[in-house]
Order: sequence, then C-alpha cells, then structure tokens
Amino acid sequence: MGHKKRDLLVDPMVDNNPITLQVLGICSALAVTSSLKVSMVMALAVIFVTGFSSMFISMIRNHTPNSIRIIVQMVVIASLVILVDQILKAYAFEVSKTLSVFVGLIITNCIVMGRAEAFAMKNPPIASFLDGVGNGMGYGLILMLVGFIRELFGAGTLFGLTVLPKVTDGGWYVPNGMLLLPPSAFFIIGLIIWAFRTWKPNQVEEREFKIQTLEAH
Amino acid sequence: MAEHENETDMNNSKSFLGKFFALPTDSVEKTIFVAVMLCLVASMVVSTAAVMLKPIQEANKARDKQINVLQVAGKYQAGTDIEKAFSAFEPQVLELATGKIVDKFDAKTFDDKAAASDPELSVPLEDDPAGIGRKSKYKVIYILRDDQGKIDKVILPIHGYGLWSTLYGFIAMEENGNDIYGLQFYQHGETPGLGAEIDNPKWKALWSGKKLADDDGKLQITVAKTQPKAGKDFYIDALSGATLTSNGVDNLVRFWMGEQGYKTFLDNLKAGDM
Repeated sequence: MGHKKRDLLVDPMVDNNPITLQVLGICSALAVTSSLKVSMVMALAVIFVTGFSSMFISMIRNHTPNSIRIIVQMVVIASLVILVDQILKAYAFEVSKTLSVFVGLIITNCIVMGRAEAFAMKNPPIASFLDGVGNGMGYGLILMLVGFIRELFGAGTLFGLTVLPKVTDGGWYVPNGMLLLPPSAFFIIGLIIWAFRTWKPNQVEEREFKIQTLEAH
Repeated sequence: MAEHENETDMNNSKSFLGKFFALPTDSVEKTIFVAVMLCLVASMVVSTAAVMLKPIQEANKARDKQINVLQVAGKYQAGTDIEKAFSAFEPQVLELATGKIVDKFDAKTFDDKAAASDPELSVPLEDDPAGIGRKSKYKVIYILRDDQGKIDKVILPIHGYGLWSTLYGFIAMEENGNDIYGLQFYQHGETPGLGAEIDNPKWKALWSGKKLADDDGKLQITVAKTQPKAGKDFYIDALSGATLTSNGVDNLVRFWMGEQGYKTFLDNLKAGDM
C-alpha cells in the first residue's frame, strides 16, 4: 500500500475525523450509542455504505451528467442502505430492532453524501473506496468511544457483560441513568472534540470575528 | 441459423448501448439513459436481496412472535429454550362470532393476518375504532394450561392503528376472562422515544392486574391521562408525549376486548365453558 493510500485510510481517523473535525453525522451518533453492541453494528453498516457508495459513484463518475449527479449519488447510497437493512433483518434481528429507523437514516448521514460529492466524483474507484472506508472508520471510532463510555457508566456493562456490578444486583456501582439518554452523547462528543483539539491544536478553527476591546477615550 | 441471428442481435444491442455511452455526458439523451440504467441496476440489486433474504427474515419474525407470546405470559428469561417453552402453549383457531374453538384450520399454519384481507374469511368493519378496515373472522390464540390441564392463561392477538403504523401485539388474560396478565406489542413503527415507549417495561408493567369490565359486565379498561370514574383497576396511565399512540392503544384494546372482538370468547371462558 503506497503512502498516499494509507493516508486515505488513516487520515480520517484522527487528523480529519468526520465527527470531531467536520462535525458531520452527529444525529445518528447521539441516537445509537447507548450500548456498545449497537454502536458497533451501526459503525460497520456506515463503513460498508461509505466505502461501497464512494466506489460505485467513482466508477460511474465520468458518465454521470452534472444535472442529476446528486440524485445518482442518492440512488446508489439508498440502494446500499436498503441492502444493509435487509441483511441486518436476516442475520442480526435483535440489533436491527434496536437500530430501527437509524439504519434507514444512514441515507441522510452527511458523511456519506459528503464523501461522494467531495471525493468520489473526482477520484478513481480504489482511492474512493479507501477514502469511504477511512471516513466510515473515523465515524465508527467516535461511535465506539461514545458507546463505551455510555454503556460502561450508564449501565455498568460492556457488550452486555457486567463490568461494574450494579447496586440493584447486589454490587457497589450506582449507574448514571443520564448517560443512557441522548443528551449525554452530546456532552461526550463535545468533550471528545475538546480533547482532540487540545491534542492537535491545528484542528482549532480560526475565530470568525474578534471581540473588540473597548478603548477608553 | 438461429445462433447467427442471436449474434447480430447482440452486436446490435452492444453498439446500441455503446452509442449511448459515447454521447456527451451532459446531453439530454445521456441523462435519461444514465437515470434509467441506474434505476434498473439499483432496483435489481435491492429486489434480489429482498427476495433472497425473505425466508430468513420470516423465520426471525416467527421466532420473535413466539418470544413475545412467552414474554407476555411471563414465561421468558434470557437463555430460555424458546422451542421448548413455546411447546407448552397450545395454538388454537378461534371463531370470533361464536367465541368457540374451531378445527377447520390447522392452528400452526393458519395466518390470521392474511385472512383479514381474504373476503371469504373476513368481514369489513363499519364501526372501526381500531382503524383496521377488515377483521378476520378467525384468530389464532394460544392457551396455556396448568399441570391439571385447566386453563391458566390465554394469549390473544390484538392489532390496531397508532399514530404512524399498525401496532401488532398480544394480551395475556387470566383464566377468569377479566383480569389482564400482560400486554405487549411485537411490531410497530411509532416514534422512537415517544410512541415507541409502549415497549418500555415500566409501562407494560402497568397492565398487569388490571380488569377489563366492572361487576356489571361493562367494558371499563381505559388508557388515559387522568383516572376515569370507574377506578384505578381499569386505568392505565397514557404515555406522555405520545397522546395519539396512547389513544390508538386505548381504541384497539377496547375494540378487541369488546363485542366485535373477544367478548363472546371471554364470556365463555368466564362461564368455564371451554
């Protein structure tokens, strides 16, 4: 794998993460991260969709009329999402019930459309595939991180296995129920973004305007 | 001869397709061509997947339905052997009008959902609070007996319209035909976090021990925001933020437990005539 190709995969994980840097795809990240298992399935579904949609869109990019390119992208993405939904219903029924509408909503996930429009329309299929998978993994990484924190401290379990025995089950841990509610994901993602930007200060956006200091006359 | 014809056909079609591919990308013809081709390919992929995976999905649904029967009857814990536990339940086909078990159909294979759209097996509804249009004359119910062979619980399928979708579920009744043991929906498309809270164990637990009808035999069970006059034995607190879903549940429970639904059967059950 050449240096550039590895960059395509690794770059979106930390340096150009779709959630923490571009702040895309937040909605589903809030909704599906209450347990690690569901987060993982959602992450895999998004990696599959971003990877293959970018690849297929790139394959037909030279034949895609400009006037209908967004619709063409949507059709490719939507077909892949339905495919994922059908497969989940067949092989992971319980998880698909928990994910419910959020699998369908991958279609509207800004990351998928964003990569199709920004990268796949201008680059060859393999590079587009890697870029799609990389961005899906960047999204998945944050999802798993949030899911880990929420499930561990909200329910005292990881992947459904007890890690911190709960008071109600005779243990010592009093679970923080708020972590199982969607707003907590908002706080956690905010904290992760803060941590990322402290670690890599070049991710901090420039201020759009400066607050003027009053000068005494 | 025939082979030769086929070949020219293929050559023609190739150049026919090729002609389109060679068109300038932004021309009207090419736009239509790309749109049609893309739709064809995408629809083929999607429908192939749907058709091929359907048997597995159906099996999952059937299993899920069994789990729901077990859950509503309080016979399910994580790790329960579903087949074995479910074999304690006796599926029967019930004729709604007479409230009697009939053996015209095989209860294991009879599909009351499909029967509801079969003109032979169903009736259109004029008074239709549950919003279901037609109802099947026959329903598959599950009977759970105790060690002496007496009826312990009956599991009755119910369905009706909520806010966005038809809710499908089961209600488990005690052997006296008036006490509710549990209620549970296994399929619906209500808003997650609001209407979908009908799946919340805390809300489902409210149903346990409630009564359908008062001493005069009048149907009193109500899902509402405030307690009705009849008293708390007949009252289930509605879900906040999901008024229309709660109304839907209220309507469908009252419909299925009323004259048009299982009332005759429950009366028979009460009289010990089963």
